[in-house]
Amino acid sequence: MGNTQTVIFKNKPVITGSYAIVGPKEGDGNFGEFFDYVMKDDSFGEDSYEKAERKMIEQAITGAIQSAKIKPSSVDLLLAGDLLNQIISSSYAARQFNFAYLGLFGACSTMSESLAIGASLIDGGHFDNIVCSTASHFSTAERQFRFPLELGNQRPPTAQWTVTGAGACVLSKKGNGPVITSATFGKVLDYGINDVNDMGAAMAPAAMDTMLSHFRDTKTGPDDYDLIVTGDLGKLGSEILIDLMEDKGIKLGLNYNDCGQMYFTREQATLCGGSGCGCSATVFNSFIMKKLREGKYKRVLFMPTGALLSTTATQQGETIPGVCHAVVIESNVAKNSI
Amino acid sequence: MTEKERNEAYNKYVQNKIPKTRAWPSLFNSFWIGGLICVLGQGINDLLLLWFPSLAEQTAWTLTLIILIFLASFLTAIGVYDLIGKFAGGGSIVPITGFSNSITSPALEFKREGIVYGICVKMFTIAGPVIVFGIVSSMLVGLIYLFV
Repeated sequence: MGNTQTVIFKNKPVITGSYAIVGPKEGDGNFGEFFDYVMKDDSFGEDSYEKAERKMIEQAITGAIQSAKIKPSSVDLLLAGDLLNQIISSSYAARQFNFAYLGLFGACSTMSESLAIGASLIDGGHFDNIVCSTASHFSTAERQFRFPLELGNQRPPTAQWTVTGAGACVLSKKGNGPVITSATFGKVLDYGINDVNDMGAAMAPAAMDTMLSHFRDTKTGPDDYDLIVTGDLGKLGSEILIDLMEDKGIKLGLNYNDCGQMYFTREQATLCGGSGCGCSATVFNSFIMKKLREGKYKRVLFMPTGALLSTTATQQGETIPGVCHAVVIESNVAKNSI
Repeated sequence: MTEKERNEAYNKYVQNKIPKTRAWPSLFNSFWIGGLICVLGQGINDLLLLWFPSLAEQTAWTLTLIILIFLASFLTAIGVYDLIGKFAGGGSIVPITGFSNSITSPALEFKREGIVYGICVKMFTIAGPVIVFGIVSSMLVGLIYLFV
């Protein structure tokens, strides 16, 4: 103990179902055609954006369960989290369902955090079906972390755009679908960045550390994956990660990309790209899952990052710690895979 | 390398890497929109004096301010002022219209939390410091004026 951060799953939990729901702007983005549902307006028929966010998680969870072709009654546990104070979106959504619930907070890394924990619980033989879910909403994040929507201010060039969307997937002991073969739990790293408009730079060191630990623990390298994808480092953050990895002697090639960087089109003017829990969650549960099911990707290293800040901490002058958890998903179960 | 040195080196590296705001286009847009708002104010003032010649000049200026504040509030409510602000930056923040926007926007945003705890409490989250500094500095100037 103490010299590995990685769990290698002997029983290879299966991702039997997935679902992604997004807002209209996200629907117009680069992944638009892959999402299961695009909302017509981002209030989703509710009288507050917080309720809309909650409703998105509920729909994502229900959708994922349907996609897994299992009965809701056979779900044992829900692992979910979001960005709002006291993770209200997840907890309030959980009361709609009749299964046990563990609330998680890993900021924008929640998708891989829930997958890593869920896969560990299933691999250990403790549960049969676990739902992992997370969401974010542009308007709820703006009011909690930044400014009122109608304030006429300018965003700095490093700013990112919180994705309105929720993703969910079902992990099962058996079934058909891509499998989770290993997970690397990340350390919290803080390189002294205190600019809340530059989360990419704050989180990139955590991504580097988790990636290095993962390669060390699994004895793999960047070339062993069809896709290495971070969550929402954005344009700047992913460039920084490439530099940081190069300093450590590892060259990330064309198989590396970042969900946030890819999310929106150039015309959507989101500066450094998408961010938020929903960013990696919706890309993973739509595009990446589709490619894995089709076998276009054989092995994906999915490693969303989270900035573990709060407005209280930053207003008191604290710097921004980051965390990153990595999960390896494989499309087919080869005998001697990692 | 100590942690402090590492963080300093990293921050320096990030600063060099950050895409820079192109200053000249921002300054230009800021200047002409800001100027336009001032021209609008002058226009309203001139019209008031033209239409109501009996108005005292001081009253006309007060009315002009009220009209500008109302217009900015209205544009905020219909979702236009933030677009102007995105384009003009300081040009639409510095004039009194920006002040109006900074009060109306949180009032709208936090309406959902109720009149007292939402609108009334949150209304000054952005403009509050401006009001505090305004009052404190006017008190200081008043004191100086009293004794000098």
